[in-house]
Amino acid sequence: MQELVAELLKGNRRAAARMISLVENDDPQKRELLKDVYPHTGNAYVLGVTGAPGSGKSSLVDWLLKQIRKDDLTVGVIAVDPTSPFSGGAILGDRIRMQDHALDSNIFIRSMGTRGSLGGLSRATREAIQVLDAFGKDLIIIETVGVGQSEVDIVKTADSTLVVLTPAGGDSVQTIKAGIMEIADIFVVNKSDLPGADKTATEINTMLDMKNDQAWRPPVVPTVSVSNEGIYELWSAVQEHRRHMEDSGRLLEIRRERVRRELTEQVEYLVKNRIWDRVKEKIELESLVEKIVKRQKDPYSSAGDLLSKIKFYDQDSEEGD
Amino acid sequence: MTEKMIRVLVAKPGLDGHDRGAKVVARALRDAGFEVIYTGLHQTPEQVVETALQEDVDVVGLSILSGAHMTLVPRIKKMLAENGMDEVLMIVGGIIPADDAAELINSGSAEQVFTPGEPLDNITEYISSKCKSNMQS
Repeated sequence: MQELVAELLKGNRRAAARMISLVENDDPQKRELLKDVYPHTGNAYVLGVTGAPGSGKSSLVDWLLKQIRKDDLTVGVIAVDPTSPFSGGAILGDRIRMQDHALDSNIFIRSMGTRGSLGGLSRATREAIQVLDAFGKDLIIIETVGVGQSEVDIVKTADSTLVVLTPAGGDSVQTIKAGIMEIADIFVVNKSDLPGADKTATEINTMLDMKNDQAWRPPVVPTVSVSNEGIYELWSAVQEHRRHMEDSGRLLEIRRERVRRELTEQVEYLVKNRIWDRVKEKIELESLVEKIVKRQKDPYSSAGDLLSKIKFYDQDSEEGD
Repeated sequence: MTEKMIRVLVAKPGLDGHDRGAKVVARALRDAGFEVIYTGLHQTPEQVVETALQEDVDVVGLSILSGAHMTLVPRIKKMLAENGMDEVLMIVGGIIPADDAAELINSGSAEQVFTPGEPLDNITEYISSKCKSNMQS
């Protein structure tokens, strides 16, 4: 295992690919691995790209990559597509748009299925970011699944978030709805060669100007990703937002918040595992389930009983079995 | 709690522009519960191999209708091995004459060749059973 981490830090692409598979498959060695990887993370900037299915996220990422590489940055891309709730399978097709970069050794692209996660990312996106960060990528781009209105996990993961919209996406009420319209650091109106693009941009701008006490006022950038229009402006906007995040101290703030959340989740994970290990050791769960099904017991007091039996509560710790 | 997911790269190397078959197979693999990475048309062997590496796939499925299979398949197989991916299961689909198919298999370039008319279930079951026995060994 340590060998794998050493290879990753040396920049071995196969080691990076393998390690992402291990974290994605929830391998028993995952936590040990991530522990070794963690000291080498924290250097990459994370850019999120989200928007509806077919809004052009992958094509935008493709063109952004071309632009970004002019600045000589190394880039990791994590492209998420939906996993079938029925078969568990997935078609991961975001790469189709990005294959021009397949042979650029400074770009590493990985496709991931959501595997049951509902917030627009995959279950292991965050861990995969850590792997690519330690792998030495300067910038990591996360392309979410095609989202609707409320899959906004990306905002908890990315340092800057692009929301990609297209013309004719509904009337101006759509722009004041909660959810995805609130998370953008930069709005992109892609397919801006289509009719209605100006109207869409105006409606977003109007919505943004309803609020005037903002430290950062998201810009609205029109793009046509098939013909590389607006990409330079988009990349400039990303860099400007990054400068704002760094100079204002906001970046440190959200990263601290992220660490706090991560720590909470890890504690909860360990507590949960410990509880269930002990419950399974001591209690015949199925017979309890049967009793609840037959209405002989209820789930509310049964949960409390369970925890008493494994001496989870302090006051019970002095009593015998 | 390990849940090993079978990942399959479906790639179309070379110059033919017909991806209907590849898409039908990709869809069937999805329905069989695999993660399918589809990369679109006109891939070079280098692109196929690099994608297989970055995506850490268990299976590479090549769809070739152009007649260039005797060049492309051995080349890709060799490059996979050079990149430490000898264990990746290589299967080929498309318009492949029976003699060529036999030669690809006998020479070790491909594990199996599927041609038009093959029931989709045969392909998915083949991959399932092969990958499971690989994981156990």
